[in-house]
Amino acid sequence: MSNITVMPDRSAGTPATPAGRERRRQRRPRKPINTQFRTAVSPHQLNTTRGRIIYWIVLVIVVVSFTAAFVFPLYWMVTGAMKSTEELNAIPPTFLPSHFSLDGYLEAWDLLGLGTLLGNTALYAGGAWLLTLAVDVSAAYALSKLRPALGKVVLALMLSTLMIPPMVIMLPAYLTVKEVPIFGWNLLNTPWAIWLPAAANGFNVFLLKRFFDSIPRELLEAAEIDGASPGRILWSVVIPISRPILGVVSILTVVNVWRDFVWPLLVLPDSDKMSVSIGIASLSSQMPQNVLVASLVIASIPTIVVFFLFQRHIMAGLTAGSLKG
Amino acid sequence: MTTASIPAAGGGRRQPTKLGRAVRRNVTAYGFLCGALICFAFFSWYPMVREVILSFQKTNFVDPPTWVGLDNFRTVVSDPAFGPAWVNTALFTVLALLCGYGIPFVTAIVLNELRHARAYLRFVVYLPVMLPPAVSVLLFQWFYNPDYGLFNQVLDLFHLPGLQWLNSTSTALISLVIVSTWMNMGSGTLIYLAALQTIPSELYEAAELDGAGLFKRIWHVTIPQTKLILLVMLLLQIVATMQVFIEPYLLTGGGPENATVSVVYLMYQYAFNFGNLNAGNALGLMLMIVLMVFSAIYLRVSRDNTV
Repeated sequence: MSNITVMPDRSAGTPATPAGRERRRQRRPRKPINTQFRTAVSPHQLNTTRGRIIYWIVLVIVVVSFTAAFVFPLYWMVTGAMKSTEELNAIPPTFLPSHFSLDGYLEAWDLLGLGTLLGNTALYAGGAWLLTLAVDVSAAYALSKLRPALGKVVLALMLSTLMIPPMVIMLPAYLTVKEVPIFGWNLLNTPWAIWLPAAANGFNVFLLKRFFDSIPRELLEAAEIDGASPGRILWSVVIPISRPILGVVSILTVVNVWRDFVWPLLVLPDSDKMSVSIGIASLSSQMPQNVLVASLVIASIPTIVVFFLFQRHIMAGLTAGSLKG
Repeated sequence: MTTASIPAAGGGRRQPTKLGRAVRRNVTAYGFLCGALICFAFFSWYPMVREVILSFQKTNFVDPPTWVGLDNFRTVVSDPAFGPAWVNTALFTVLALLCGYGIPFVTAIVLNELRHARAYLRFVVYLPVMLPPAVSVLLFQWFYNPDYGLFNQVLDLFHLPGLQWLNSTSTALISLVIVSTWMNMGSGTLIYLAALQTIPSELYEAAELDGAGLFKRIWHVTIPQTKLILLVMLLLQIVATMQVFIEPYLLTGGGPENATVSVVYLMYQYAFNFGNLNAGNALGLMLMIVLMVFSAIYLRVSRDNTV
């Protein structure tokens, strides 16, 4: 805002010559580049003729290079699945598939059993979501609002798991799944092998507790005076006002389970229990290239759709993760 | 809910004493906590302890385990792949930092200056992050194919000779770095972008009045203002990239000639291909100690500066 008032004073220090400014004033007024947010580039320089030219050149370069780097591979993937093996091997490559057909996708669906794999993954992600919310929300609530004895120690122990790189404890965690101590259950090839470890997520507890800490005490005390039990307060007061953070935790959990590779690789070795990433990876060497590529497209559709729908939550989760504390 | 009502039924008849209230509150609280305590105990805390124990034991899950001292460590260290695994992991981390740390920051600075297509660019740069990593890696496996892969086709278009990519000891590791950067740089970029947007515009104005040019403003305003997040991301990225597994596992199998074997990959091989779980644990413990140094610095930095 303030830079609008400062701008006229600054014109002396900018490279725009008075002559250039005269000429511009005579032409039809151009819409100035929006300089509402002041950044490293001076808003005044940006709106000189030279500044505009540079700005548009940079913009075009960035848009083109980003599209080439991040969209083109995906385009190549989607169209590659429509090409025959001969066409894929052809030199020079064809930019558009010679004929539009979804046969590659149908073949991939049948050959890799993608229906089963996607169903499995949805089951793992959905169950992990429910269990994580139930377990981590009630834990964070207890630590934030009920404040039991040793609560600080419990919280510190939970947060300490954030310091342990997950890959390093993957072998002993695998042994736990293979034979749960005390109970002696074998959870390999069951959804519990995904669900239970997903709920043991210190970062979720941290995010939720930090949010619950910001809920004013008076709100809960009012409910308590009305005779509500702690469970009732959690359900009817805390959860309804925590929807933003619940959204972030939900998305993080579902996306993590969906994208995870190493853990399901260890604990779901049965081919009819595999998640979609593992299923495709385990069959990748036996498939013709176009079928494999088609299966990659199908496997990425769910996460891309989730991204389209919940972009804002996902980005909020990202910055919550980085600026912790 | 049920846990909350049980103590209430017992103590509700008389007026609850102070002690009774405290007991009740604690019972309720631990009722809410028990699910998390069980999950953490079985899948985080016990494995952490067991990681250490197993490193010093010999177990075959039939006979009771025996303590073997440092035998597992000796086995791992004498493995010819041990040296390459650490060197590759370190090299991968350094290369991944050169690409995956510098590029996102520069990208974020440029994106922050643009006034058009912002939503599109942010969406696009984050798109690969949303793909399952296995998909990205297998996609690049196809691109890297020396005969009909996209990369050699593009090189051919410019009349450049094709590369062997994953099949050559000289390019295999850098090929893994490229995939890793492609699929991970989106999150770094968006985090930096969020940090850049918190820089007060007065600082830039003041710097400009003092006669600082664009690069001086970036050097004296942007970088000092984002120093903390840069440091935190550096540490997080070191810890994340040193655990590299999926790229060598899917793309190269550690080859050619151990050129891409990583510590975690070797650990996986000990446990699941060589049938020596304890040696894998010993290797994991070594990695854990190295990574915990970085994690500890990270925790210190983020605690000192944000609370």
